[in-house]
Amino acid sequence: MAMDNAILDAFFEECEDLLASLVDGLAEMCAGTTDTETINAVFRAVHSIKGAAGAFSMDALVSFAHKFETVLDALRAGQITADDTPLKVLQRAGDVLSDLVEAERDGTIVPEDRVDPVLADLNDFLGDTQTDDDEAFSFEALSLDLGSADVSHSYLCTFTPRKAFYDTGHDPLLLIKALKTLGPVQVRCDLQTLPTKLADFDPQDGYLTWQVSVGDQSDDLKIREVFEFVDDLSDLQVTLADESADSVDHRVQSLPVEEGAALIDLPPPPASDDLPVPEAQNTQIPPKPATPDRGTRKSSASLRVDPERVDRLINAVGELIINQSVISQRIQEAALPTSSDIFSDLDDYKLLAREIQEGVMAIRAQPVKPLFQRMLRIAREAADATGKSVSILTEGEATEVDKTVVERLADPLTHMIRNAIDHGLEDPETRLASGKTETGTLRLTASQKSGSIVIEVSDDGAGLNRERIFEIAVEKGLIERDLQLSEPEIDLLLFAPGFSTASEITNLSGRGVGMDVVKTAITELGGKISIASTAGEGTTFTISLPLTLAVMDGMVINVGGQTMVVPIASIIETVRPTATDLATIGLQGNLLRIRGEYVPIIDLGARLGDHQASCSLTDKVLLLIQTEAVQQCALAVDEIFDQRQIVVKSMQGNYGEIPGISGATILGDGKIALIIDTDSIASQSPPHMPDPQNLTEDFRRVG
Amino acid sequence: MLDNAAKGDDLQQEFVTFIAGGQNFCIEITQIREIRRWAPVTVLPHSPRHVLGVINLRGAVIPIVDLAAKLGFAPIEPTERHVIIIVAVSDRIIGLLVESVSEILGVRQSMVKETPRTQEDEAVKAIEGIIPQEQDMTKIINLGILLPQSGHLAA
Amino acid sequence: MTTHVLAIDDSRTIRTLLTMALEEAGFKVTTAVDGVEGVEKFGQVDPDLVITDVNMPKKDGFGVIEDIRKGDRNRTVPVLVLTTESGAALKERARAAGATGWIVKPFEDASLISVIRRLTGG
Repeated sequence: MAMDNAILDAFFEECEDLLASLVDGLAEMCAGTTDTETINAVFRAVHSIKGAAGAFSMDALVSFAHKFETVLDALRAGQITADDTPLKVLQRAGDVLSDLVEAERDGTIVPEDRVDPVLADLNDFLGDTQTDDDEAFSFEALSLDLGSADVSHSYLCTFTPRKAFYDTGHDPLLLIKALKTLGPVQVRCDLQTLPTKLADFDPQDGYLTWQVSVGDQSDDLKIREVFEFVDDLSDLQVTLADESADSVDHRVQSLPVEEGAALIDLPPPPASDDLPVPEAQNTQIPPKPATPDRGTRKSSASLRVDPERVDRLINAVGELIINQSVISQRIQEAALPTSSDIFSDLDDYKLLAREIQEGVMAIRAQPVKPLFQRMLRIAREAADATGKSVSILTEGEATEVDKTVVERLADPLTHMIRNAIDHGLEDPETRLASGKTETGTLRLTASQKSGSIVIEVSDDGAGLNRERIFEIAVEKGLIERDLQLSEPEIDLLLFAPGFSTASEITNLSGRGVGMDVVKTAITELGGKISIASTAGEGTTFTISLPLTLAVMDGMVINVGGQTMVVPIASIIETVRPTATDLATIGLQGNLLRIRGEYVPIIDLGARLGDHQASCSLTDKVLLLIQTEAVQQCALAVDEIFDQRQIVVKSMQGNYGEIPGISGATILGDGKIALIIDTDSIASQSPPHMPDPQNLTEDFRRVG
Repeated sequence: MLDNAAKGDDLQQEFVTFIAGGQNFCIEITQIREIRRWAPVTVLPHSPRHVLGVINLRGAVIPIVDLAAKLGFAPIEPTERHVIIIVAVSDRIIGLLVESVSEILGVRQSMVKETPRTQEDEAVKAIEGIIPQEQDMTKIINLGILLPQSGHLAA
Repeated sequence: MTTHVLAIDDSRTIRTLLTMALEEAGFKVTTAVDGVEGVEKFGQVDPDLVITDVNMPKKDGFGVIEDIRKGDRNRTVPVLVLTTESGAALKERARAAGATGWIVKPFEDASLISVIRRLTGG
């Protein structure tokens, strides 16, 4: 079968969609929906996977899908009911099916111990209702090697089509033509049964009997194949006409020629396409009107586009936006009369440019639904592995996120969900003892809030055990035992590199990665992660992500006369300090006192290499930022200009990496502003918890 | 060399000549994307002295290098009369700040002489060959010197 | 004249495979993603032959055939049912609905094409 990777790709892409609707349907069934349409949809998904997989000879996938489908079909037919079908098994079957698809895609094999138990469960359902369904999925048509035939014969086919023959789109002429391709034929048409009175004649009925002799045949299989679809629609007889091929003519001549019969000779193949048509033949093909060429219009619900093209478009639109702000600024500077039409035109331009930008960004946007579905499965498996009873809720599946973000969220979310079930939720006994329902709840939600995507993973478990976290952090040497930390600070220790190590790895959530990896992944996406936890009530992890990667919200600032941008995502708040907010420690170390806490101040200009005497801190603006490390710090800048969406440009291509700078953007006046990499700025001096003993030394380095 | 010319396979090349650090240099014309007037740049932190900063060239961020400083001459104090030559070096686009652009020089390959070996300072290392002229000579810049040795521009 | 085939299947993969196989064999192919679209396209493109899947959303393959056969002049258009089952009951249903023949998935390009040629004389 002709195929290439593009078709395989399309197949796997389709499988993804089908698996998604399978998961949806099963979820609905679990929620108590039993209507036929839902079961049908589930059935169809499995059925389509099986059908398409068969085309690629993916045998393991086909045979599993077949068994699965048989169960669903029995369910659909009411032979078994959803009540005696623990839906869990169907869900597991869905998981295995998705594994099998994945294995086909990656060229791996799903271990038998994963497939077989589910297969056994499926068989159990079928029990007595199981029919012999293991027919081979092969094409029925037979192929014959005629070349090797020793003997050739002539066969005489006598067939009388009935009304149903004509009703189902068959045509004796075409059958004769098909027979003609097999060997030399002679055709006779018997008109005897034609009604003699026109009144008795039903133009839709069949009255003719055809006799066709076909020569040069080794057996009658090819002939029978021609009649494949019509053997029950006509009276058909295929008989051996003689013993040897050379007597075809003789045999035909010796056909009983009855009154009213017409004898038609057909030349042997290769033959011309035109065939004499007996007058009495009543299957006139209706004339085909010349149809306008509408057939070429492809119908497809979605468009497949090379992502690179989209990226190029996004870049170009980024330029358009910049160009638009350059033009606006130029026009402002031109001091035209305010009545000038150009201002309203400019507004239109701005609006259109934004519209195009949003439209282009939307191309890359994808709903988080498939991601959530994967997570549901992770959660289910985690629940099974821990023996906990978990009810999993998702919300906001339609929320759309940049494609790359969706892809890169899978690992961190997997880890968070496993953690939540493994460490967050209590076992059923503990839950009952503390007056909770036996079943724990895990919520996975997505929503869009003012230019960010917010994803939350929350459980109604015991909440973070802060004493234990503190202990572990001390044991791992992350903090000093006598350090006083607020609750949120303790929570943040979870993200500290080196917090999670082998000692508390369970076989489920511990895969050698800690929450620091989660945090890094989120930060790389330009996002933030935070924790809220109440003892006895549960824990919520909140991830907030930029809508797209190419565009971000930035705060435009002035540092030593240079215009720069700080990602809004990393800024907690801005502070204009008064003298009483500031404290000095050591020779140069400055601290900001905020809500009773001391936060180190980093002079951004100095950190970027501007060593000119800077003005007093009270003349500066402080940006309180949250950094990748455990603590917060404050960046001292000269001025805040503006907050706006910026198009991120990489510096890597033509220059290289610059410490403290993550990229650049082009401002309205066409000038370049560098984007501050807050994490790199903060970590240029390794941040420690503000432990009074070693602050002096650290902050001297900061200066 | 003369034999080459006699055989007729002596290719004609074109060079753009310019002045940097008070001396005559040139760059093969196919390496040049465009020539612009100096405009203020955005300064990069922690950059070497010869990297002046970056400019916006139709949406791309292009670093600007003071060629004189890179070659070890006194850095140029850029004014509006100075010129930026935008060049393509392997897959990078870089701007070179020079004092002025002089002319386009068409020469036969055979006229290009090897750089005489003198002491190995920055300027000599950066010269690929020389083209003798009536009174003077012009030196061909090896743009490879602008490429990073390890990840960083012209470090 | 080029034989025009209308292929109705809700599986994108099968549609692609059919289109590739048929176009390679010199047929013109129009595709439809479900039964309703199939019947609609049938009216628009007036194909020489229809291939339809059985299990489809909105309208199944039998519904498609019944709708097609309703039009008197469409009585003679061959309709092939594309199915993964090869059970006699299914054929019975297909036949009752007016199907001309059936193809069992996975199909072989050569067999499919020979069947189509046989049914269209093309």
